[in-house]
This record gives sequence, C-alpha cells and structure tokens, in this order.
Amino acid sequence: MADNQKEIDEHSGVDTTGHEWDGIKELNNPLPKWWVYTFYITCIWAVLYWIAMPAIPLASSYTKGVLGYSQRQVVADEIAAANAKKAVWADRLMSTPLEKVSDDPQLMTYVMSAAGTSFGDNCATCHGTGAQGSKGYPNLNDDDWLWGGTLEEIQTTIQYGIRSEHEETRYSEMPFFVKDGLLERDQVRALAEYVLALSGEDHDAALAASAAETYEFECASCHMEDGAGDIFVGAPNLKDKIWLHGEGRDAIIKNIGYMKAGVMPAWKDRLDEATIRSLAIYVHSLGGGQ
Amino acid sequence: MSFTEQPSYAARAVDYLFVGFLFVAALGSLYWASQAVDAVLGFHAIVFAIAFYLALFVVGKQLVTGKGYRRPQSDELVYNDEIVKAGTIASTFWAIVGLLVGLIIALQLAFPVLNFDVAWLSFGRLRPVHTSGVIFAFGGNVLLATSFYVVQRTSKARLAGHYAPWFVFWGFQLFLVVAASGYVLGVTQSKEYAEPEWYADLWLTVVWVVYLLVFLGTLWKRKEPHIYVANWFFLSFIVTVAMLHIVNNLTMPVSLMGGKSYILFAGVQDALTQWWYAHNAVGFFLTAGFLGIMYYFVPKRAERPVYSYRLSIVHFWSLIFIYIWAGPHHLHYTALPDWAQTLGMTFSVMLWMPSWGGMINGLMTLSGAWDKLRTDPVIRMMVVSVAFYGMSTFEGPVMSIKAVNSLSHYTDWTVGHTHSGALGWVGYISFGALYCLVPWLWKRKTLYSLQLVNAHFWISTIGIVLYITSMWVSGMMQGLMWRAYDSLGFLEYSFVETVEAMHPFYIIRALGGALYLVGTIIMAYNLWQTAQGNVRQKEAATLLGNTAPAAA
Repeated sequence: MADNQKEIDEHSGVDTTGHEWDGIKELNNPLPKWWVYTFYITCIWAVLYWIAMPAIPLASSYTKGVLGYSQRQVVADEIAAANAKKAVWADRLMSTPLEKVSDDPQLMTYVMSAAGTSFGDNCATCHGTGAQGSKGYPNLNDDDWLWGGTLEEIQTTIQYGIRSEHEETRYSEMPFFVKDGLLERDQVRALAEYVLALSGEDHDAALAASAAETYEFECASCHMEDGAGDIFVGAPNLKDKIWLHGEGRDAIIKNIGYMKAGVMPAWKDRLDEATIRSLAIYVHSLGGGQ
Repeated sequence: MSFTEQPSYAARAVDYLFVGFLFVAALGSLYWASQAVDAVLGFHAIVFAIAFYLALFVVGKQLVTGKGYRRPQSDELVYNDEIVKAGTIASTFWAIVGLLVGLIIALQLAFPVLNFDVAWLSFGRLRPVHTSGVIFAFGGNVLLATSFYVVQRTSKARLAGHYAPWFVFWGFQLFLVVAASGYVLGVTQSKEYAEPEWYADLWLTVVWVVYLLVFLGTLWKRKEPHIYVANWFFLSFIVTVAMLHIVNNLTMPVSLMGGKSYILFAGVQDALTQWWYAHNAVGFFLTAGFLGIMYYFVPKRAERPVYSYRLSIVHFWSLIFIYIWAGPHHLHYTALPDWAQTLGMTFSVMLWMPSWGGMINGLMTLSGAWDKLRTDPVIRMMVVSVAFYGMSTFEGPVMSIKAVNSLSHYTDWTVGHTHSGALGWVGYISFGALYCLVPWLWKRKTLYSLQLVNAHFWISTIGIVLYITSMWVSGMMQGLMWRAYDSLGFLEYSFVETVEAMHPFYIIRALGGALYLVGTIIMAYNLWQTAQGNVRQKEAATLLGNTAPAAA
C-alpha cells in the first residue's frame, strides 16, 4: 500500500486505505464504538456464564460452575415432583374398583385428563383422534365389541393387546377359506349372500339358502348360529351391519377367502397401570361401554 | 486477444495426466458397475462412467487435434469468463429445481396425500433433494461462479489451470446428480445436509481439493499487492468446508462394491460431529462464502468504497474464530454434556457482533449512494439481503440461549429462522450477484428489464414474509402446545393435535414458497433475455438512456 494512493472520499470526508481492487476502494473508518462495546459485553457475559455454569472440560470431568447446575438433576427433580403430584391420584385410582371410579367425580377428572392425552399419543394413530376407527381399526365409540365391552374386558385388551407378542395376548384366527382350499369359490359366493342375509342387507335368497349348511358347518362354531358372534373367541357379530374390514358383497367374499387380522400391541409394559386403568375407563365412557 | 498454440511442457504434462486419470476412472467405473452388489451403486457407477467417457472424449479430442487447445499468452491478461458463465447458468437452473422441490414438500406437509404412496416421491426422500438442491446445487454454483469471477478481477490474474476449473465445475455437477438421484432412490447416510454416501463424498473431496488449488493458484499469480477481503471469505469457505466435509463423513463402507457405510463415531459423539459440521456449513458455506459475494458486488454495484477496512479485518477473524465452536447449540437438552452445551451457547452469543460486522460494512458502504435504493432494484435486493442477514444473525444467538431454545427447538420456528437466512440473505445476495454478472459476462449494456427485477423483488419479498411469519407463529404455537400441562400434571395436548393445529400455517408457508419460486422464474426469464442481448421495448429508452452499471 503506497501512501500516495491514499485519498479523501468526497462524500464522507474519510480517507481511504490506498488499496484498490478492480475499482473497489476501502474507507479507513474506525470500528463503530457501539459495535465494539456490545462485543465486549457479550464476551464478559460469556466469561461470567463459564464461572457460574458447567463449562470447562477436564481430563475425566468438567468444572461444575458455582451454581452447581446439572441438566440431568433438573430433569430428574422435575419428573419426581410431577410424579409425586400425580401419585396421590394414581394411588386413589389403583385402590378404587374399576366400576366405582365413575362415582367419584374428582377421580374421574383425573382419569379423563390422564387418558385424554395418552389416548392421543398411543391409541389415536390407529383408532383415530375421535376413537372413530377406520377400515381395519375398530371404532371405539359404538357398542360393537370384538372382545367384550365391560371395563375389565377393555382393560385386559389394552394390557395384552390382540395377536400381540405378549404371551397373554388375545388371539383368534379365521381360516383363509379360499387361500387354504377349504371352500370352493362358488361356496364362498353363496356364503357371502348368507352373511348379507344375516344382517338384513340385499341378497340373493336362493344362493343364501344354499349356503345354510356351509355356514353351520364352517362358521357357526365361532360366529354362532344366528351370526351374533362370540366375544370369548373374538368372533365378530355379523348381524349388526358394522364391518371392520369393509362392507358390501365384494369385501365379504374377499374376507372369507383371505381374511386379514389386525394386531394391537400389548401396553402392559409400555404404560403404567394407572394410565391403563384410565384408558380403560376412558374408552368405556366413549359411548359403548357395557 | 491472442492465444498461443504452444503451452509449456509442464502444462502439457498436467493435461496428459488428466487424460490418464479420466481413462483409468472411466474403466474403473465400468468395472465397479459390473461388480456392484446393489442396484443403486451400479446405476451410479454407470453415471460416473458416462461422465468420465464424455470428459475423455472432449479433452482427448482437443489434445489430439490441437483444436480448441488454445490458451492466452502468459503475458496477456484474459479472464476465464466462460467458466463463470457456466456457473451462472447452473445456478439459475438449480435454483428452480431446488425451490420447486421445496414447494412440493411444503405441499406434502400440508396435504400428505401428495406423497402419492410412492417411495420415490415421499417427503423423506424429497426433503434432502430440496435442501441439497438449494444449498449445495444453487448456493454452491453461485459460490463457484462468483468466487471464480471475483478472484480473477481482484487479483488481476487469469484463473489458474486450464482444465482444472472445468473439472471443478463439471465434477461438482456430477456430485449433485449422484447425490440427488441417490436420495430419490433411497440412498442416505442419515446425516442432515450430509446425506450422500461414501462414494459421492469421496468424489466431492477430490473436486473440492482441486477447487482449493485453483483458487490458491489464482491468488498466487495475483498482480495486486494485497488480497481483497472477499477472497479471505471465499478462501475460509473453501478450506473450512473441506475440513467439515471430510471429518463428518469418516465412514467405513460395508463393501467397496456396495453403497452402505457406517460412521466412525457413535452416539453423542456422532451427533456432535454432525452438528459441528452442519452448523459450520451454515457458518462457512452460507455465511462466509456469501459475505465474499457481498464484499465484491455491493461496493461494485453501488460504486462506493467499502465502509471500513478495519471492521472487515476484525469481523472476519472474530467470525471465523467464534463460529467454529457454536455447533453444540443444536444439541441443547440432549445427552450432550452440560459443559459442551455451555460452550455452544456462549460462543453463539459472542458471535452476534462479529456477524453484524458484515452487515454494518454492507449497509454503510451504501452511504452516499442511498438514492440507488430507489432507482436500482438490484441494489435494493442486495440491501434487503444484508438486512435479512442482520436479522437472522441476531435471531440465531437468541435461539441458542437455552431458555429460548427449550421453546424453539424441534419446532417450525427453526425452519422459519433457516429460511429467513436462506431466502432473504443467501437467495437475495445471489440473485443480486446474478443480475450483475449476466450483463457483465455477456457484454450487454443493461439487463433486459429492471421492471421485471422489481417484480421479482416484490413477489419474492411477499413470499419470504408469508413464509417466515407463518413459521414463527406455527413454531411458537407448536412449542407452547408441547409444553402445556394441565393442573393435574398431564400434557394438555397429544402430539397429533399439535400437528393438526399447524395445518393452516403449512398452507401459508407453501404459498410463500410458491411466490418465491415465481420470482425466481421471472429472474431466469430476465437473465435469459439479457444474455440474448434483448432489451424490453417498453423500458428501452430508460435502460439505454441512463448510464448502465459499468461493465467490469
């Protein structure tokens, strides 16, 4: 930088550094004071923070800071405090028989609060935010129960799941009548008419009648003679016009031939007992509880 | 200008070595394709082979026939502008691709049905196409083009190397194609902004080292006594990105014939390495690199001297020294030890003023030329860019404070913060540079239309405002809903309810992104017409009557 290249910028009256690159010059303005001081303040603040808080790594540990802050301790304390607060209510829930809980309005407030969010985070994925279900996932608002709709039965279902990996799980399996060659396609078509007749839907009466024997032989042991189903083996009611795996003739034919069976996980080891009880009461209260 | 037909023996030797490399690489790629144990790697090996054969054909033909094998005599200064032209075209192309994919994934978030149940089109695969597309493909090409332009002009030296700059350019495009097609086909090493697998990473390393050599070689040849500040920033960007890229991609391939690899680090060490990388990709790729652009194009376009030389020195060194430590703020309230979180947070706060040094220098350079804000929409774009830079580099330190971070982290607020920096700062300074470069490079008196620049500016500014405000509201709402407890100590909202609540903001965000894309398409049209040498009839009188910015 040659001094003789320095010049005074006309607009600002500041001199330039004398450098020039492709027509670009630089003014020799000082650092803005506010900029420097703000920078110093942030640095001083950082040093104070290092003194107060965990900051400097050592060989196998680190300086804990004069405030002795530990993130893990804070979380542990907060969780303990929250649990202690809830424990009063959880204990009351655990010591109250399931069917008596709804008689205790205060306890019910707790139950609904616990179950509302827990349902949203754990159950809504399949059963829907409004528990309305969808194809393949049962609606929990109605009174059609595959495995029973009493408080105890709902609680058992939540604890162990359906076709889950838990050894106590509830399990049922309808044969694949076509896939496994148990029935001819004609027989299945006739059987579908029979099932449609059971629920009072439009059907071919002659075909339906021809399937009566097949129904009695292949289906009635689980779905019962009248088609009312059996909650002890998880056999759906065929008379109530509620179709888990799709309604209409085609869906019925497909389901007889190639049954799909859903899976619900066991929640026993994932959620605490009070939450499961809360969920059972919550589901029971949705409208269809027995 | 005159060219010599007889380059030095050393230059010839380098050229023949390059041909040899291409030959071996082409054959090697074919062998690799034949041995590949997974289909995607086989496909990528073929892509590599095709690229090497094409390059071999072009370079080999030039060497054999001697045609086109012309380079400037060493005593005469002829800038390599062809490479910069290629860079501006690639920038514009990738901008539209990257922003379009961004719009698609924004719409997918608002309307999940747009995933079409097709793996290739799913959000998880398209998201890295968007991020790599805008950061590395668009941003990277802008940086290649501008750094090659600026280093030549401010060093008074032709770009070092004959084939080397072209190797960098096409090698980088090859990396981008392999990376993007890999994402769509399901290849990822699950590191944000570092998704490409080991073979793409290795290729990028080779390309990047040559980039560094070309840049250093040009600085070495410079006829100016000092290195201009823009080049400090470009150099720090190139060197640091090389270091970040290599360390964060230290992986062990399962097989040299397969795509999958495993990272060297485990658990929280891996997380810390990843965020050290990603944070400094922001710091050195998206900040330092684009500050280099600002330091040349703002004073050049405004025709004013840089405000303060001293500030540029102090803020450069403080920025690069402090930035590198701030990465742990991405891992607040995780398994990362308390002391490392402290480090990340305090350095982020100290980073505030060093970042703002660039903003002060950018804005104050306009003193004496403020009237140009009214008359020149290109200057306006660059000034607003610097303003967005100032805003994001203030917001960043604020968000790094643990108390704030406990609300903001993992929410859309972060997305809004990123985009105020990306759309406002990186996007606008790049557009400003492209609007300057195209008339200069194609030797046109003026842009095709300033009114279209104006339209671009306003449409995309409305887009940015819609984008970042919707994400602020959505993010803060999301954070507040996550931490809301009822009086009994239970969470007030389930996760799915928080997702449901964000739906309207996702639509507004997509609208903002669409406007930004529209603005970019207007720019592409304007630049195309400019390169063709057209001037919009309605504006011809004004554009050609006024003194156009001096061609460099």
